[in-house]
Amino acid sequence: MNKILIISEHNGSELSNSTAKCVSCAIETGGSVHILVLAADAADIAAQAAALNGVDEVISINHPNYSHAMAATLAPEIAAVGADYSHVYGPSSTYGRDLMPRVAALLGVNQVADIMTVKGSRSFQRPVYAGNAIIDVSVAEEMTVVATIRLASWAAASGGNNATISSRETTAEMPTHSRFIDLKTEGGDLPDLQSAKRVISGGRGLGSEENFKIIYALASKLGAGVGASRAAVDAGYVPNDMQVGQTGKIISPDLYMAFGISGAIQHITGIKDAGTIVAINKDAEAPIFEVADIGLVGDLFTVIPEIEAAI
Amino acid sequence: MKILVGIKRVIDFNVRVRVKPDGSGVDLDGAKMSINPFDEIALEEALRLREAGKASEVIVISIGPNACQQQLRTGLAMGADRAIQVDTEEKLQPLAAARVFLALVEKEQPGLVIVGKQAIDDDNSQTGQMLAALWNRPQATFASEVVLEDQVARVTREVDAGLETIEIDLPAVITTDLRLNEPRFVKLPDIMKAKRKPLEVIPLADLAITNDNKLTIDHYAPPASREKGIMVDSAEALVAELKNRGLL
Repeated sequence: MNKILIISEHNGSELSNSTAKCVSCAIETGGSVHILVLAADAADIAAQAAALNGVDEVISINHPNYSHAMAATLAPEIAAVGADYSHVYGPSSTYGRDLMPRVAALLGVNQVADIMTVKGSRSFQRPVYAGNAIIDVSVAEEMTVVATIRLASWAAASGGNNATISSRETTAEMPTHSRFIDLKTEGGDLPDLQSAKRVISGGRGLGSEENFKIIYALASKLGAGVGASRAAVDAGYVPNDMQVGQTGKIISPDLYMAFGISGAIQHITGIKDAGTIVAINKDAEAPIFEVADIGLVGDLFTVIPEIEAAI
Repeated sequence: MKILVGIKRVIDFNVRVRVKPDGSGVDLDGAKMSINPFDEIALEEALRLREAGKASEVIVISIGPNACQQQLRTGLAMGADRAIQVDTEEKLQPLAAARVFLALVEKEQPGLVIVGKQAIDDDNSQTGQMLAALWNRPQATFASEVVLEDQVARVTREVDAGLETIEIDLPAVITTDLRLNEPRFVKLPDIMKAKRKPLEVIPLADLAITNDNKLTIDHYAPPASREKGIMVDSAEALVAELKNRGLL
């Protein structure tokens, strides 16, 4: 029977939604589902992990060196614990994409990146060429399946469970060659882009950093996260962590509204799992209209006040 | 200090990718091929470090058939000192590619290996991290700023939460994100000069790497397309439609 180990993602106190999405993928894969929590103080996070439905056991390991998620520090312990499992899953966030290949190499296997669909307990679908092709990937019986889970493809597992929590000590040697210095977050009070149910994005059509305020205003009225196209980021209107697309964040809100975004392929890659895509652009020929569920040709500076009035 | 830079030959990022009707792969016939854009940034960073006096030699490496010499020559024209082609017809998976790099690391003893954060063909984003693991050295992935001091690199990384800065001891592996730099354009005289720079061809077999535990990739399909949307003619109609669908 499959034994699946999920590597939890957290910020030191709260479990990320990405872990609950990995649980959904593990349930689909089939087998017993364990979550590994490595943290400086793992107790609260382990309790949150144990509450996820479908989880059989949570393993928590405390160590002061786990206060910041550094792949080089975490990977040896994960590989040691993971050696007893048939599958080791992590999220396809920057955390998981940094960490899981390092784990895979220590276990001597290639990693399956970005699982979209589970076709069998060892066969999966994943995107390549920026989502322009989907491939079938399968993993031979003798190999550990080490994989990252594409977050936009999976819903979070529900809560209400009370799985067993066991504590362990670290066993693997920890390197000293990598040190955390600091983390600067730029988002402010807006909902997190990855988990927001509604996202309002602006593109080069906004014209300036100052003009972007109308996007923030509409977003706060709708309780939405704010995103931007790469063009808007490159023009300096907004910081890079707001970038949506292949080279930024890949998101799947229920509602995505794109203002003044032409719809480059790399942007579309980041939004095509959204429930409903709305595009507002003054250029009727903009490629964004090809993927939009609802399109409106018009000047965003007149349309936005009209939308606010009509809500 | 030497810097090794991995450059992969991939379909140009401007080319629209189409899946072959028989599902055997994507159609590359006659398509423009280029250096993977993230790898081009890796090379640019290495060249800037050399120009700042922090490195002595920049070596570009590509794994693939003779066709990838074209990308190596471009790398030499950009300013790399020499090139190595690890010759193979097989498309190596990340673990084998990392083992190839490890073999070359042992031979060249670099202070840094810089590669793109991912290749835009298979979008795996694994080779750099795997090399760091096999080499038992630090990794700084998704770099947007690299500051090199004596035997230490301070690297700012683009992570989901914002910008993370870490400090790593050298030797180490860095993988590059898009905002690290803007690669230079190649000038014609440099292309001529690049023809005289050394390009070593090493048959894959000579490196005696283990090439096992491959994933089986058996079918390519185009992505599911979204249903055709509707156009509305006013903000009021848009809001009404969104309310109608329960989205507002």
